[in-house]
Amino acid sequence: MLEVRDLRKSFAGFQAVAGVSFSVARGEIAAIIGPNGAGKTTLFNLVTGHVRPDAGTVTLKGRDITGLPPHAVCRLGMGRSFQRTNIFPRLTVFQNVQAAFISHRGRGRDLWTPVDRLYRAETEAVLASIGLLDRAGEMSGFLSHGARKQLELGLALASEPDLLLLDEPTAGMSATETRETIDLVSRIAGERGLTLLFTEHDMDVVFSIARRVTVLHQGSVIAEGPPAAVRADAEVRRVYLGERR
Amino acid sequence: MSRLRRVPWGGLALAAALAVPAFGSRFYTFVATDVVILALFAVSLNLLLGYTGLVSFGHAAYFAIGAYTCGILMKKAAVPFALAWPAGGLLAAALALVFGFFCVRLTKIYFAMLTLAFAQIVWAICFKWNDVTGGEQGMPEVPYPELAWMARLPGLGDLRTSDHFYLLTVVLVGLCLGILRRIVGSPFGRILTTIRENPERAEFIGVDVRRYELVAFVIAGGFAGLAGALFGIFNRGVFPDFAYWPKSSEALIMTLLGGMGHFWGPAVGALVLLVLNQQITAYTEYWPFVLGTILIVLLFAFPGGIVGALDAAARRLGRRR
Repeated sequence: MLEVRDLRKSFAGFQAVAGVSFSVARGEIAAIIGPNGAGKTTLFNLVTGHVRPDAGTVTLKGRDITGLPPHAVCRLGMGRSFQRTNIFPRLTVFQNVQAAFISHRGRGRDLWTPVDRLYRAETEAVLASIGLLDRAGEMSGFLSHGARKQLELGLALASEPDLLLLDEPTAGMSATETRETIDLVSRIAGERGLTLLFTEHDMDVVFSIARRVTVLHQGSVIAEGPPAAVRADAEVRRVYLGERR
Repeated sequence: MSRLRRVPWGGLALAAALAVPAFGSRFYTFVATDVVILALFAVSLNLLLGYTGLVSFGHAAYFAIGAYTCGILMKKAAVPFALAWPAGGLLAAALALVFGFFCVRLTKIYFAMLTLAFAQIVWAICFKWNDVTGGEQGMPEVPYPELAWMARLPGLGDLRTSDHFYLLTVVLVGLCLGILRRIVGSPFGRILTTIRENPERAEFIGVDVRRYELVAFVIAGGFAGLAGALFGIFNRGVFPDFAYWPKSSEALIMTLLGGMGHFWGPAVGALVLLVLNQQITAYTEYWPFVLGTILIVLLFAFPGGIVGALDAAARRLGRRR
């Protein structure tokens, strides 16, 4: 599904990502972990086209997408949620998701049809699956943090992606919200046959749903494998887990 | 509130506007023409400001290009209005495409400054290209369109030419506003609002942000050109002032005053600003002082503008009932 080869990026001499390679197979749930500043978000930005890499390639479903702009990457079947919540605050919940459908189905070029009833069924289906259907008419900017994160997931789903990238999906959440979000994400991934790649701080989250973990440290991969093996890895324990426990 | 929403405001405004010449006052018709034309100018700007979240400081450029194109064609080449008017809009849209191509590559204040820079270039050309634009003196005596046919319509026979031109203006502006209204309510319009809200996120629902911004810029420029073309005829001449930055800021002020969150806001702003201007300058020469005070109060007390404040008040009333 996704293959990253020797990706490099430095900012003003600082090597944020120093030659990272990994791949994610179709249907897999993979996690990237690492301490703060390990380069996780930069790596995501390189994969999604928000930042152009200095070197290396990104291949999605066998197609080279290195250096493509984000909107093109999105169209090719990659969905993304952001670490800092990223929605359209002065649109309603319904309008948020509907806009994603309009864009994804290429209807944005239509300057004449009234928009209100467009993609109603599809939008409501997504809202139902993220549990926000009864709040469809609310201004999304007034939602709670947890509900906004859910809506963001809805935006990503409306682009009907094959691969979904989640940047710290539970950042800033309470324990309950975290639990709910994880249940939601894994249920939806299962239902839709999505491939998931996420970064995460919370080790419990990572080890509960990821089937494959890549550990990033100072811009390089230091370990990779199933959760149990990664947890046992001496190097990982030293640079990362050891710091916390 | 929902009852207020269902009132056909556009239809009522059109009926009221069409009734103005019936008062028989040359002055009323004059002010009304001014309001109607600048309402279109301000609403066209709001496609960028209120819907796409782009602040243009140089919208007057397209207004002026429309005015000069239509004026030159009608005066120097005797082209009929039916061709010269759309030509004004088309050329303005074409230049908006060229300038916009560069502008949408920048964001925020840089975007705003580049729109201003292009507008100043347009102004300089109008000001200096004596052979074509009449230079500093402008080009007076742009003729009225051929409107004798209107006098033959029942009930319009005893009106002045300026009244006839006013009625034509109301119909054409009404048509333009109808089209703009349709555009902001379309899927395209919805995508523009996502760009206003969050361009970074819009990219990642698959929106080519720059392209959409450019299309919005071209549409806004085209309609500003159509407004300018009407204004040149109404004003009985075209002058470099049309492209100068105070003209751009006039449209910005109208939009803020009326409220950029509503389609009709800028039109209401045009009405209020021009009527206030007429009334207050009759009493005092300190109109800019009064205007400044009004704007300060407005920005702090009613950031949603007049229409935004009315809408909020209506909503509160509706809840109490």
